[in-house]
Amino acid sequence: MADETPKAEELIQIDHRPPAKQWMDVPVNIRKGMYCYASNPKSVEYLGLPNARPWNPIEEDWKLPENWQQILHEGFKERLEKFRSIKVFMDICVRCGACADKCHFFIGTGDPKNMPVLRAELLRSVYRNDFTLMGKLLGRYAGARPMTIDVLKEWWYYLFQCTECRRCSVFCPYGIDTAEITMFGRELLNLLGLNIDWIATPVANCYRTGNHLGIQPHAFKDMIDFFCDDIEEITGIRVEPNFNQKNADILFITPSGDVFADPGTYTAMGYLLLFHFLKEKYGLNVTWSTYASEGGNFGSFTSHETMKRLNAKMYLEAKRLKPKWILGGECGHMWRVITQYMDTMNGPADFMEAPVNPITGTRFENAKSTKMVHIAEFLADLIKHGKLDLDPSRNDNKIVTFHDSCNPARGMGMLDEPRYVIKSVANHFFEMPANTIREQTFCCGSGSGLNAGENMEERMAGALPRSNAVKYVHEKHGVNMLACVCAIDRAALPAAMDYWVPGVDVTGMTELVANALIMPGEQERTTDLRGEPLPGMEEADE
Amino acid sequence: MNKFYMSSLLAIFALALIAWVGAPALPWLFGIVLPYLAVAVFVVGFVRRVMGWSRSAVPFAIPTTGGQQRSLPWIKQAKFDNPSSKTGVFVRMALEILTFRSLFRNTRMKMNEGNRLSYHLEIFLWLGALAFHYAFLVTLLRHMRFFLEPVPGAIQMLEAVDGFFRLEILYDSVQFGLPGVYMSGLVLLAAAAYLFLRRLFIANMRYISLPSDYFPLLLIMGIAFTGILMRYFTKVDIAAIKQLAMGLVTFQPSIPAAISPVFYIHLFFVSVLLAYFPFSKLMHLGGIFLSPTRNMLANTREVRHVNPWNYPVKVHTYEAYENEFREKMVEAGLPVDKMPESAPEEMTEEEKE
Amino acid sequence: MNDKKWIVLGLILFVGLFSFPFWFNVGKAAPAPEVVLTEQAKAAKECVMPTDFMKTEHMQLLDVWRLKVVRDGVSQFVNADGKEFDMSLSNTCLDCHSNKAEFCDRCHNYASVNPYCWDCHIDNPKGDK
Repeated sequence: MADETPKAEELIQIDHRPPAKQWMDVPVNIRKGMYCYASNPKSVEYLGLPNARPWNPIEEDWKLPENWQQILHEGFKERLEKFRSIKVFMDICVRCGACADKCHFFIGTGDPKNMPVLRAELLRSVYRNDFTLMGKLLGRYAGARPMTIDVLKEWWYYLFQCTECRRCSVFCPYGIDTAEITMFGRELLNLLGLNIDWIATPVANCYRTGNHLGIQPHAFKDMIDFFCDDIEEITGIRVEPNFNQKNADILFITPSGDVFADPGTYTAMGYLLLFHFLKEKYGLNVTWSTYASEGGNFGSFTSHETMKRLNAKMYLEAKRLKPKWILGGECGHMWRVITQYMDTMNGPADFMEAPVNPITGTRFENAKSTKMVHIAEFLADLIKHGKLDLDPSRNDNKIVTFHDSCNPARGMGMLDEPRYVIKSVANHFFEMPANTIREQTFCCGSGSGLNAGENMEERMAGALPRSNAVKYVHEKHGVNMLACVCAIDRAALPAAMDYWVPGVDVTGMTELVANALIMPGEQERTTDLRGEPLPGMEEADE
Repeated sequence: MNKFYMSSLLAIFALALIAWVGAPALPWLFGIVLPYLAVAVFVVGFVRRVMGWSRSAVPFAIPTTGGQQRSLPWIKQAKFDNPSSKTGVFVRMALEILTFRSLFRNTRMKMNEGNRLSYHLEIFLWLGALAFHYAFLVTLLRHMRFFLEPVPGAIQMLEAVDGFFRLEILYDSVQFGLPGVYMSGLVLLAAAAYLFLRRLFIANMRYISLPSDYFPLLLIMGIAFTGILMRYFTKVDIAAIKQLAMGLVTFQPSIPAAISPVFYIHLFFVSVLLAYFPFSKLMHLGGIFLSPTRNMLANTREVRHVNPWNYPVKVHTYEAYENEFREKMVEAGLPVDKMPESAPEEMTEEEKE
Repeated sequence: MNDKKWIVLGLILFVGLFSFPFWFNVGKAAPAPEVVLTEQAKAAKECVMPTDFMKTEHMQLLDVWRLKVVRDGVSQFVNADGKEFDMSLSNTCLDCHSNKAEFCDRCHNYASVNPYCWDCHIDNPKGDK
């Protein structure tokens, strides 16, 4: 697949001018490299979601149920009652165009239907036709059009070219949130069984095994044990993580992606080192769970109900294991779900205590209802109180910049905590240009379940704005390490960096912390967690 | 595309023609019936639309956080862009509604030489929108002089401020500036024209624009234009117009003789705008107050938001999970809730650890 | 939903503000002002221009007069009927319409117009009623 992806020099030749024809007259062209494969019917069936069947997006016949238009219409109607957001967003857009060039997919592809306003108009046009007086009276002159198979295909294609990053919603004068519209649109598509497999199968996996990758409990433990071996090799210390342990101080939940693939694995090793340090030094007892072994929630890319079904495990497991509170690892959409959905969906979590850092005594007031604290908040608190023994010089060969992940930035507002942590453990830190970070951060281009292999062109196009900003600091300051607090970033950005900015690696925040963390009784470290020589240790390595 | 703004333009001309031809024949229709109808449609339509929104649930708290959250006490929170208090939300909404804060953030993406992307502050949309809305508001308010008797001091003051510049051009061939020029009317026309031309000449704007985008702008331009025409060029009997307006608001409608047809065009445009309003995107006036990404507290981990239609869902329980994987778990030394019959004893030790 | 009361309140406020003219004027007749013509004006029958023109364009006429007198040094105005007038607010207009309060002000106040004529000119140059 990746071989067919255009070269970077080709892909960057982007024409942002729209076609001459009106957009309703431009038929959708589902193009290879720009879409993900259809959901595996087994996964759809396992979850009991409707219309499981094999189908292929590029085939004419999508094998839709007979009454698919009716299903969509009724699904639309029901959700207009259930979500004020949708109803208001359908009605009030003035098409001012402020959102247009804010979308990484529009910037990267130049496809006008990737302007957030038009992405929403794809749905709005049908809404007007089905539900508004003007649409019924004036039809196309009111921007209305009936639902046809081509419209459906257009929905599908473009709703899976949105990563629900919310950047457009920051700029919208009415706060219209395309993430909300995409979530809603995908929920409708799922009524017809029109998911992509990179979402459907992880969801089925997560439902069954507790994590997206389908790692079964014994294998999960094995994989972590493997990290423990690596850690022992590097630090001379054997860390002994707890699994499924009852009455621990803290239950730790993080995305399984970090257990599975580099460079996320180094962040996972970072967690292990950190928890070992805290246990040795302060007696803090942290447990992992194999049942709730997933922080992320691909259900949120499917439907609100599926999101809830997967998310339920966090509180269920907390109820069973009885920790005082939950600590969450580095992940993007996981934190959107935790911050804005979890408590509402599966709370109240009154069986836990309002989170207090037992080492510093800090009360995490902002998390007192969900009982779930972000590792960056936790680390920032520890570092601020001088509770970690750190040697930032061990990260001296890393010139770091920080990529705000969409969801922690715009669905949470966690901007300064990770920066504080990173600056405390790394001496060389440079920000990317102001319009590309913090609440204006650009998506990695692969969020919301689009991190597949077959849509590499789509992903690389989507990653252009982020990569371009990295390139700027890479060239200006020699930045060689892109830090992030998101597992999907760690899975997606290395490919984007290789493609757009060779010479920049991707790291998690906790990996940097663990590199700098002086473990009690450790041997002299010669390499970082990646096995690469520490600054000044290049000789020793040989 | 062309047919979209052409159709809107034609619609405006058609409306003008209708009023121009119709009003002299049926002044009571254009001067009394239609304005009353328009106001009724506006009020009922507006209320119904907003109540329709209000009936839909707000299942989740989904504020777009535009800045640093409230977290550790030593980290400075963006109190308005990421509000955790009602005051914060109030200020955020006020800034949004009164100063178009989000629009102020607007940037323009540009691909520069060397394939370097840049994002520059793009202030003109914000400026144009702000000028348009405030000019409209001032114009609307100072029109209260036609609907209130006696005219309140506040309105007179507004008129004085609006007419502050005393712009006058007077030659033999050109006379402009009496009665005193109101800036608001000119700014309104200019800003609406800017917003219209923007749609026409920026390719992507033209691509996303619908007739329902051109039409209200043209209609408002038409209103402003006829207003300016009457005030400065083809003079009208202002006392008679006030008489008509007062007749309407005191429910003693009457048609004073000899009001210029231009006035009826103006009034008809306004009537159309009012009646069109509730069924159009113009409802953003009410909608912005209800936008959940802006009007909700961002203290979502601190206070639980309740979803009125929250319903129980099927979940994969731990019990089911353990039942499926129990043997493997035990074998790997993972603690289990229910020991299998043949489970080796030594596992419990690891469990205690 | 607990925000419904706020929405209703907001709507009431909005409709209240919008309908302000309706209830502000309740119980007021507010008829159109009647301008009083002095005997002298009645006797003259006709102003410098036809009444309809004067109703809508008098400010423009005065402005032109001022320009002619002050800038061009022309002081005579000839109307369509060939009648000649002195281009003077004080001496011509206020000669007939010596009752500013019942003539000028009636309409000006009604329409909330605040002409700057009186910044310089005194109301009643002749000093009689």
